[in-house]
Amino acid sequence: MIDKPKTKYYMNTEEKRNNISFLEFVYDFYKSMKKHEISLVYEGEITHQITKAFTSLTESNMAKEEESNTVQKKVFHVMVECLQNISKHADDYGTNDYIFSGRGIFLVAKGIDEYSVTTGNTVENIKIPDLKKLLEQVNSLDKEELTELYKKQIKEGRLSDKGGAGLGFIDIKRKTGRNLDYHFLPINEDTSFFLLTSTISRNN
Amino acid sequence: MDVIKIKGTEDTPSVTLDAASNIFEVAGRSLPEDVAAFYTPIVNWLDKYIQSPNPKTNFSFKLVYFNTASSKLLLDILMKLEDLSKNGKEVLVKWHYSEDDEDMKEAGEEYADIVDVPFEQISYA
Repeated sequence: MIDKPKTKYYMNTEEKRNNISFLEFVYDFYKSMKKHEISLVYEGEITHQITKAFTSLTESNMAKEEESNTVQKKVFHVMVECLQNISKHADDYGTNDYIFSGRGIFLVAKGIDEYSVTTGNTVENIKIPDLKKLLEQVNSLDKEELTELYKKQIKEGRLSDKGGAGLGFIDIKRKTGRNLDYHFLPINEDTSFFLLTSTISRNN
Repeated sequence: MDVIKIKGTEDTPSVTLDAASNIFEVAGRSLPEDVAAFYTPIVNWLDKYIQSPNPKTNFSFKLVYFNTASSKLLLDILMKLEDLSKNGKEVLVKWHYSEDDEDMKEAGEEYADIVDVPFEQISYA
């Protein structure tokens, strides 16, 4: 007699919903968000519609909280550049790992003194050296040097086929006056997870 | 010449290019999904306009926000105006900014440095 192949057991929807580990996950996730003062989190494909929705949501929240116009504009600016970076650059390389393909995670945190905007997306390892070089360069420059770099890039740079002007990082540092924090966490031998945090001070 | 009149949206600016009425203006917000598609007709229109321009061209920018991708295309517009100025026509760029928007003011100053065309900075309350 031949053994029947074991079929994998899947929880049905109701079981999933009431599964204690799932409930604990949601509660822990909630607590964790509170602890890190996260006001917005999203994982998935970043489209133009998503960009518009998030920026307008954050804008109306900031207006309600009577954040200064200057801070509102800077947060708006940084969000747009960060979201467009993901939509234009998140690699869908190695689509077997479909959970990472062409998508990203996007977080906005609001602390007492500052806002922070964090993005995470996969990049091909071969692109990391150039990316690091640009980020290091931007972080090393002062305000005037950044203005010069911006002018040079806007004059000489060409719009990529995805519609990027290569000015995003430069502009974020110029608008916030703060260095960009970045990390590359290895996923496998070909790809890494690229984390980028921009910080906007709430006190002008 | 054709008139370009585009109504502004939450992510695209309003644009008026009307040679007969001598109105040239880009105003509002600029973060189009496809910047090249949005600005190409505008740059092409200016190419044609330069062939038979008005004696005097005042071009107004009244932007409240533009992303970096748009900034490149705004420079393309300004470079067309620079060409016009080099052809000996009178050109004035009027750069409007909100009085509490230091970044928009600086953006105008930077463009004024990059292109060789008369610039006027105008703040509004």
